[in-house]
Amino acid sequence: MRRALARIGHEIVERDRDLSRLAIVGIRARGDALAARLCETIRANEGVEIPLGAIDITLYRDDLTRVGYAPVVRESAIPFSVDDRVLVLVDDVLFTGRTIRAAMDALVDYGRPRAIRLAVLVDRGHRELPIRADFVGKNVPTAIDDDVRVHLVEVDGRDEVELVKAEVPV
Amino acid sequence: MNPQWSRRHVLDTDDWSRAEIETVLDQSRAMVEVLSRPIRRAPALRGRTVILFFAEASTRTRVSFELAAKALSADVTNITATGSSLEKGESLYDTARTLEALGGDVLVMRHASSGAPYFVARRTSAAVINAGDGTHAHPSQGLLDAFTLREALGDLEGKRIAIVGDILHSRVARSDIHTLVPLGARITLSGPPTLVPAAWRCGQPPSGVTYEPDVDRALDGADAAIVLRLQRERQQAGLLPSLREYSRVWGIDVGRMGRMRAGAPVMHPGPMNEGVEIDAAVAHGSRSLIEKQVTNGVAVRMALLYLLAAGSAALLEDRA
Amino acid sequence: MSFDRRPFEARGLLVVPGFIDLHAHLREPGFEESETIATGARAALRGGFTTVCAMPNTEPAIDAPGLVAQVVARAASAAGARVLPIAAITRGRRGAELCDLVELAAAGAVAFSDDGAPVSDAGLFRHALEYSRIAGALIVEHPQDLSLSAKGVMHEGSVSAELGLAGMPAAAEEAAVARDLALVKLAGARLHLTHLSTAGSVELVRRAKAEGVAVTCDVTPHHLSLTDEWVAGSRTFAWERAERNRAMPYDANTKVNPPLRSRADVRALWAGIADGTVDAIATDHAPHASIRKEVEFDQAAFGISGLETALPLVLGGVRAGWASWDAVLAALTTGPARVLGVPPPKDDWIVIDADAEWTLDGEALISKGKNTPLLGAKLTGRVVEVAVDGDLKLNEGHAAEAVGAR
Repeated sequence: MRRALARIGHEIVERDRDLSRLAIVGIRARGDALAARLCETIRANEGVEIPLGAIDITLYRDDLTRVGYAPVVRESAIPFSVDDRVLVLVDDVLFTGRTIRAAMDALVDYGRPRAIRLAVLVDRGHRELPIRADFVGKNVPTAIDDDVRVHLVEVDGRDEVELVKAEVPV
Repeated sequence: MNPQWSRRHVLDTDDWSRAEIETVLDQSRAMVEVLSRPIRRAPALRGRTVILFFAEASTRTRVSFELAAKALSADVTNITATGSSLEKGESLYDTARTLEALGGDVLVMRHASSGAPYFVARRTSAAVINAGDGTHAHPSQGLLDAFTLREALGDLEGKRIAIVGDILHSRVARSDIHTLVPLGARITLSGPPTLVPAAWRCGQPPSGVTYEPDVDRALDGADAAIVLRLQRERQQAGLLPSLREYSRVWGIDVGRMGRMRAGAPVMHPGPMNEGVEIDAAVAHGSRSLIEKQVTNGVAVRMALLYLLAAGSAALLEDRA
Repeated sequence: MSFDRRPFEARGLLVVPGFIDLHAHLREPGFEESETIATGARAALRGGFTTVCAMPNTEPAIDAPGLVAQVVARAASAAGARVLPIAAITRGRRGAELCDLVELAAAGAVAFSDDGAPVSDAGLFRHALEYSRIAGALIVEHPQDLSLSAKGVMHEGSVSAELGLAGMPAAAEEAAVARDLALVKLAGARLHLTHLSTAGSVELVRRAKAEGVAVTCDVTPHHLSLTDEWVAGSRTFAWERAERNRAMPYDANTKVNPPLRSRADVRALWAGIADGTVDAIATDHAPHASIRKEVEFDQAAFGISGLETALPLVLGGVRAGWASWDAVLAALTTGPARVLGVPPPKDDWIVIDADAEWTLDGEALISKGKNTPLLGAKLTGRVVEVAVDGDLKLNEGHAAEAVGAR
């Protein structure tokens, strides 16, 4: 995981040489921890402090009225102006793309970024929206009913990517 | 945080646990952030209808709920006393049936009769939020006062809050008690004996609450004061000799503020009678949280609307 | 035909004299949507009351001999309990001019009351008491100081404070009882105080009786069993372990005047029954059409439909040991007869299954008034047969089944 993040950190810097306009925004509740690690990586390698934000997408979910309960809303924190910035959205797993759609909708409520890019630790395929990651830690082929769980020290007490295969009916 | 929420209605907070209150306050904090964005509107309640049924005059609370509903993209329908058939003698029973037929998801209601929201909640499938019923409860005000006090004072455990004024007729006082006491605060009520329930003065106050007839002693060392609005009708009803005397004996001025802990804030649910229950210098002074209450009110009401309208029954942690 | 108690006793059922209710509202004429003399008289039988006194707060009020005669005639064809009319003390129950008490008594009025509208003018009430002596008439007073009860809708106490409902303090009743007792002494008359609800009222009557004042009083089954916590939504009887259960607050069916009081008041009423201070248990049966209860609590009419639930309520206190069955039975039979100054009917009997458990269903009530907070409650004790003047009245429908099932 550390190597994947280091590589993504490099790629982000390669892609946008002008680091002064860069900001990294993690999607709660695990993308924000990954975003913080990416910031740290870039600071260590480039000596540059990239602004860090966190966004909660709950209020932008398209299934709110269908899930039958109210998911907990966490506080978003975008402590900088997004206007004319290149934002790198960070999430743990890219799956249907709906979370990313929600995050982009949320981000544009803060202003008009110059660009939004997407970094994910795992891309497991099965997109339902026309969304593609710019930076991918690892592509993991999965069946649609599988579950990919990313565990992070900051949230779960350990770093691990777990592929839970769907139970095959006998 | 271990979120706890499984309410279908918000009628009173008198039976809420500390965890439930804290859940709402935590959700409110996220809503404050939403309101700080350049575009103060999230799509969470798109397609949901919030009916604001105000059978008693109120601008502040109605507008606060309306802004909250719109900030979550809900459709908002207003039914006010003057605009509804209540004035033509339509019964609350008929109104409840009509509201049910209109099919709102959340019904925010204010009514002059204590308990009226219970009456409606039993007769509608919508989630009902009590926005003030008679002299009973005003849960969203209690929650926003708790939210505002927590922002100003931090943890309320062991904090002493003075509530001063017409306790008898105050739904705000009742809801403040039921929200602040579970969070660990102790309440000192102070006001004219004619305007404090006899049971609360004479040995049966609610848990965590005491009555202190001398307002100066009530304020001594207090961590915050909540000043209540004095309705001018109380004088006509023979409960008060005069507003002048009330102001002199119970009004909160700069001198009285000095009795509280240094920097202790003052709140007021509004609208204020400046110069009666509160001095203008206090109301607009640096220790006044009165404007903060108004801003926080929208966020707390967003949290309530979200919790009632987004889910059918429960708030859950979600890994999505 | 004389009533044969043996088959019932053989089944282990209790056979006792028919109950006498000193205080019921049968609503006719004027409020037939709430009750009629016929439905009320049949509901009375269902509850074990073979005699029921009908209060005069009808529309028009029963304040003229012709109206008394009308009630008597209606009652005769009701095929229910014996109905005894009570006439108004003042014309139109307006508390201003005395009615023709002698003529009303001659027409059949057994007592006089402005129930629901207490005679506030102490001078006039003194005259009513004095004048009642020559009419040989019994004055029944609803003691309530209206300036103290004011806009109250429930008992004033910690529960009303929490619910934000205007309270009627115990003192509103006690101040009126004290006034009435002073006037009885002054007038040298006799007075019956109805539906006493507070510990202080019972104590005042206890002391007055000890002094030899000619006063009697009654209490209601609901004041003997329910507390002000019921307004807050509790459905725990006074003798059950109190727990905070407020599932259904502001139910207008708990709104009654005098209001449901504290547990200490309930205990004091039972003590009054146990020591004979309380002469009678009267239902204050107050049926209302749903339209008068299906409104905001403070707008709702006062009253509980009580004829058909009296027995299980009073049996609860007996089981709790708060008074003996003999004392309760006396308060339902010989006590009220003594208050009225008439011998108890000789061949009125009721059969009680004291252990029958049943759930109150509003639709099953014979009374038109479904306004009772006991809807859905589990009750124990039921009247299974009634005889008026020796004739069986309930041996049909589910009553017969209930008997047969045992």
